[in-house]
Amino acid sequence: MAIPGVEGFMYPNEVELQWGLLIVLYPYITGLVAGAFILASLERVFKVEAVRPTYRLALLTALAFLLVAPLPLQLHLGHPERSMEMYLTPHTSSAMAMFGFVYLWYLTVVLLLEIWLEYRADIVHMARTSTGLKGLIYKALTLGSMNVSPASRVIDDKVGYAVTVIGIPSAFLLHGYVGFIFGSVKANPWWSTPLMPIVFLFSAMVSGIAGVMVLYMAVMKAKKMPIDMRCVDTIAKYLFYTFVIDFSLEMLDLVHRTYEADESFRSLNFMVHTRLWGSQVILQIFLCTLVPLALLASTQLFRIGEAKRRAMYLITGLLVLVGIFAMRWNVVIGGQLFSKSFLGYTSFKVQFAAREGLLTAIALMILPFAIFVALVKLLPPWPETTEAPGD
Amino acid sequence: MELSRRDLITIGGKLLVLASVGAAFEEITGAAPPSEAYKMAEHWWGMIVDIDKCIGCGNCVRACSNENGVPKGYFRTWVERYEVENVDGRQEPHVESPNGAIDGFPPSTRQDVKSFYVPKLCNHCVDSPCVQVCPVGATFVSPDGVVLVDENYCLGCRYCIQACPYGCRYLHPEKRTADKCTLCYHRITQGLTTACCENCPTGARQLVDFKNPKDPVHEFLRTNKVEVLKPYMATGAKVYYKDLDGSVR
Repeated sequence: MAIPGVEGFMYPNEVELQWGLLIVLYPYITGLVAGAFILASLERVFKVEAVRPTYRLALLTALAFLLVAPLPLQLHLGHPERSMEMYLTPHTSSAMAMFGFVYLWYLTVVLLLEIWLEYRADIVHMARTSTGLKGLIYKALTLGSMNVSPASRVIDDKVGYAVTVIGIPSAFLLHGYVGFIFGSVKANPWWSTPLMPIVFLFSAMVSGIAGVMVLYMAVMKAKKMPIDMRCVDTIAKYLFYTFVIDFSLEMLDLVHRTYEADESFRSLNFMVHTRLWGSQVILQIFLCTLVPLALLASTQLFRIGEAKRRAMYLITGLLVLVGIFAMRWNVVIGGQLFSKSFLGYTSFKVQFAAREGLLTAIALMILPFAIFVALVKLLPPWPETTEAPGD
Repeated sequence: MELSRRDLITIGGKLLVLASVGAAFEEITGAAPPSEAYKMAEHWWGMIVDIDKCIGCGNCVRACSNENGVPKGYFRTWVERYEVENVDGRQEPHVESPNGAIDGFPPSTRQDVKSFYVPKLCNHCVDSPCVQVCPVGATFVSPDGVVLVDENYCLGCRYCIQACPYGCRYLHPEKRTADKCTLCYHRITQGLTTACCENCPTGARQLVDFKNPKDPVHEFLRTNKVEVLKPYMATGAKVYYKDLDGSVR
C-alpha cells in the first residue's frame, strides 16, 4: 500500500515534515539582520566611507527584520504560550535554548543601543521642535538626556564604535548560531556538518548586503533622490567578495560530500537530482548564484555605463535575495525529504491559508517592510534631516 | 525524643521533596505514582529483541496503540520487513512497514531473498540526542533509564523529532507536543511488563532490567551476538537486537 508522495521506505513517523515554510523564513530573516548589520559596520568600524549613505538605512533594516525574527518560531510552536519557558528554564545542553538570549543580546545590547546613539542628536532636536504626541514620543526616546554638546557627542561616538565592535561578533554569533542549530543534528547527514554555521554566516552577509543595496536603490527612486553610485559600486564590490566566499564554501561542502560518498550519499544524490533539482540546482545554484556572480564580476572587470550598472545591481540584488531564500529552503525542507534510513523520500506541499502556510509567510515577509516604513518616519535616515543642533 | 529546629527543617524539607516528586511524577506520566515498593534507583530499563523470533504479526503494534492511545497514523512501535537481495555483491535491502505493520504484513512474493522482521521502538538511549536538544528540558531520562516527555512542559518545537536518528518521535496531533514510547512506564513501575512484550506471541521482545542481577538479560548478552541500531550514532541505545543484520537501518 503506497503512501501518497512517498517513494521507497520512510520510518512511519517520518512521512510528515516537522519544520515547514516558517522555519525556512526564520534563518532567512535572521540572515538579513546579520548581513545588514555587517554592512553597517563596514562604515563604522572599517571606515569604508563610500557606504555611508546606507549606514542608517542598514541599521533600521536590521531592526525591522530583527523585530519579526521570533514570529515564525512562535507561530510554529505547538504551544506558543509556553515559549517563555525558554527564558525562564532553559535547558543548557540545547542549542535552541540559547536563541532567546542571543536574540535579546543582539536586540538590546547591540542594535537598539547603536541606533539610539547614532540618532540621539536627531531625537533631541526633534524632541525640542515637535509638539503634541510626536513631541512626547521623541521626549521619551531621549531617555531623559537632552545633552547634545560636542563633548557628549564625542562620547556617543566612542560608545557607538565600541558597540559596533561588539556587534560584529554578535552578528556572527546570531547567524552562526542559527547554522549550528542545523549543523549539530548528527541524525541528519544533510545538516550535520561543521561548515553549516559558516555557510549560514556568509549567506547571511550576502543576503543582508543585497537586501540593503536593493532597498537603498528603491528608496532613492521612491524619494526621487539621486543614487550615490560610488556607494552602490562599493556595496556591489563587497557583495561580490562575500558571495564568492559563500559559494566556494557551499561548493566545498558539495564536493566533499560527493568525493567522500558516505552511507548517505546515494540518498542525498538522488534527492538533489529529483526533489531538489528545481530549487537547488536550477534556482539556487544556476539562476541565483552563477548569474549574479557573472553580473557582479562583469561590473568589476569591464567599464559599464551607470544606468546599465544600476540595472545590473538591481537584478543581481533581487536574484541573490531569491537565491538565499532557496538556499534556506533547500537546507530546511531538503533535510527532511529523505528518510534517516536512506531508503526513501517523502514530499512537501506548502499549504495556503494555514497557521504555517503561504499566507502567513507572505504576511511575515511584508511585516518587516511595514515596520521599516514606520521606523523611517520616526527616525529619518536621510542626510538632509540628520543635521541636528549641536553637531 | 526532642526535635531541634534543625531536625524539623530537615524532615520538613525531605517530606516536601518527596511530596513534590510524587506530584510531579503523576503530572508528567499521567500515571499513578509508582507503588511504594518500586524504587527508581534500583532499575535500569531496556529491551532485547530476538529478530529470528519475530513473525511480523503486528500484535505488538496493536497492543501499544490500544494501551497508550497512540493517534492513528503515528507509531510508538512498529515492525519493518526486510527483504535483502544480493545485487552484484551488494546487499540491497527492500524495506516495508505498511501502516507500521499494525495489521501485520501481506504474504511476501519474493522467495529468492533474505527476509526477516525488525521490531522498532524508542531505544531509550543513555546519551539521547532528543534529550540533549530539548530547549526546556521537557524530555528527560528518568532515574530508571526511560526517556520520557513532560507533555505539560513541551513547547512543541519538534527539535527532538529532528534529532532522533531512529524516527521514534512524532508530534501528537491533538496535544501538539512530542510523543513517543514510554516503555509503558505506567505498567513497568507497577511490576508489569510492557504491552508490546506481553502481547508478543513468540517472546521476540523482552523487557529487561540491567540493574537486576537475576535478569536473564545478562546471560543473553553474554551468550549472544548482539547489536544496537546505528551504533555509530553513539547514542547509548538500550534496545539490543540478537543477530542484527548489517543491512538494517
